[in-house]
Amino acid sequence: MQKKTVTIAVFAAIAVIVALAQFGVLSPYHVSVIMFMGVNVILATSLNLVNGYMGEFSCGHGGFMCVGAYVSSLCTVLMFSKNAILGAPLLPPSLALIGFPLALVVGSAFAAVAGLVVAIPSFKTRGDYLAIITLAANYIVISAINNMEIIGGPRGFMGMSATEVGMKSLVDIPWVLIFVLLGTLFTVWILRRFVSSTLGKGVPAICQDEIAAEIMSVDTNRMKLIAFMLSSGIAGLAGGLFAHILGYVNPQSFDIMRSTEIMVMVYLGGMGSLSGTALAAILFTLLMEALRFLDVWKWVVIPLLLILLMQFRPEGLMGSKELADLFPKLRKYYSFK
Amino acid sequence: MSLLEINGLTRRFGGLIAVNDFNIELGEHELVALIGPNGAGKTTVFNLISGFYQPSEGSIKLKGRDTKGLRPHQVTGLGVARTFQGIRLWGNMHVLDNIRIAQHYRLGYSLVDCFLRTKNYVHREKEIDRIAWELLEAMDLKDVAFELPRNLPYGVQRRVEIARAMSVKPSLLLLDEPAAGLNSADVEGLIKLVRWIYDNFPVTIWMIEHQMKVVMSLCSRIKVIDFGTTIADGGPEDIQKNPTVIKAYLGDDTI
Repeated sequence: MQKKTVTIAVFAAIAVIVALAQFGVLSPYHVSVIMFMGVNVILATSLNLVNGYMGEFSCGHGGFMCVGAYVSSLCTVLMFSKNAILGAPLLPPSLALIGFPLALVVGSAFAAVAGLVVAIPSFKTRGDYLAIITLAANYIVISAINNMEIIGGPRGFMGMSATEVGMKSLVDIPWVLIFVLLGTLFTVWILRRFVSSTLGKGVPAICQDEIAAEIMSVDTNRMKLIAFMLSSGIAGLAGGLFAHILGYVNPQSFDIMRSTEIMVMVYLGGMGSLSGTALAAILFTLLMEALRFLDVWKWVVIPLLLILLMQFRPEGLMGSKELADLFPKLRKYYSFK
Repeated sequence: MSLLEINGLTRRFGGLIAVNDFNIELGEHELVALIGPNGAGKTTVFNLISGFYQPSEGSIKLKGRDTKGLRPHQVTGLGVARTFQGIRLWGNMHVLDNIRIAQHYRLGYSLVDCFLRTKNYVHREKEIDRIAWELLEAMDLKDVAFELPRNLPYGVQRRVEIARAMSVKPSLLLLDEPAAGLNSADVEGLIKLVRWIYDNFPVTIWMIEHQMKVVMSLCSRIKVIDFGTTIADGGPEDIQKNPTVIKAYLGDDTI
């Protein structure tokens, strides 16, 4: 019975946050910070699969997020908004509650396929060389979208807010917040299940000794394919949520700066630690908000913190340990099975 | 049908011929050694068998099946396990995980099973666990199951590596210099371990080894190569007396 405590606590926490937002206890600003926290947790934990568990250096995560953001936005806009492409919306707004999650899934699927751009070269390329490829992938996505006039090019793409309006016309509760929280939960849950299985442990085996992994019967190409596609697919989910929080996206918000931000969260939390990265993502979001008064100077302060971190705790806040490793008593309350 | 049949195996690296026209036939349940001076091409032969290199010429047949074009994990799936000259364990995962992961080729569940924790997944994971614990128990490694390999003494690491290879349930076990870097007590332990494996599992063990004590006390058949070419093949007594072998190891007596 005790093992269920955490599950119940998590769902209770989600319910409480949603209720607080619903009854106006949390200001719209606080709600948006919570939503960005969720998105950052999704981004950081998914990048951790590649950079932490597999030991590759992917610095183009923003590109996959971008694919997810644009594809899912395009879906919801075509379905529920008046748009320049098809004119009238395809579906009545009352279907938004089904359409939105579907659009998120489609966005993730496209992002996962985009992950192939990195996954296939990774069969033969490692380390620095693969890092360059991930960088190139990021640029390809951004430049391609910059050149697509039909979805706004560099001016960006909007009209996603109609989806939220549609959902609220059914029941007036903060739907996007709910989807962000559930998406975060889903991500951590699915990644946790993957890395704790014998199948998923093939990923750190590649990191620690790829030749030994291949010779001890791990199909390294398949594992790389799974890791990259899972990671980029989940980044696509984060992108879709991000786009619908803001109701507006432009290519610049997914450039190398974004990718760097995600990497900072991973290295802050500890490579190969799921709970560490999740905590770091939350901490990082708070830090960004707390330092808001510094304006552009926060981009001097935060990298400085990173330098100090690498000097004094290069393995990140939690190293490769999970929360339950640090506080064994927690094990009594949950197990991921 | 023989377990392993190698015919005319040749491997060139540019102008260097590492292995030249190598032939061997191994049956089920044998204990064989491959010896030769440094740089003779012994490890290359093992790398060719495990699919790490592709042969320039010749063929390798495992239970009658040509392994040409197979990737290393596929060869392992056919029942070939090996250890490495320098120990290559996954240093940051505990011993139990090291032994679990080597069972990858017979996981028997898909990614979806893994996400949904289906009955099949739970059943297969239990089976993998059971096999791992059985091996740890049998090879006296139970106490270190949750230790990281890099924290273990060299001799124990070697045992873990052999246990990892055995978790593949191989019909051919290739040991690449298992006694390298071991002290004399550990070497005694290793001899006992290899003997025990040979007595308890239906496996053919083929080892590269420099320590004659290990080779002579274990192997009934010894193959000697030098510069990629076979120079002798026979029982321990014949090899010890063979003038070509003595010459390869000690050189000519004319200086």
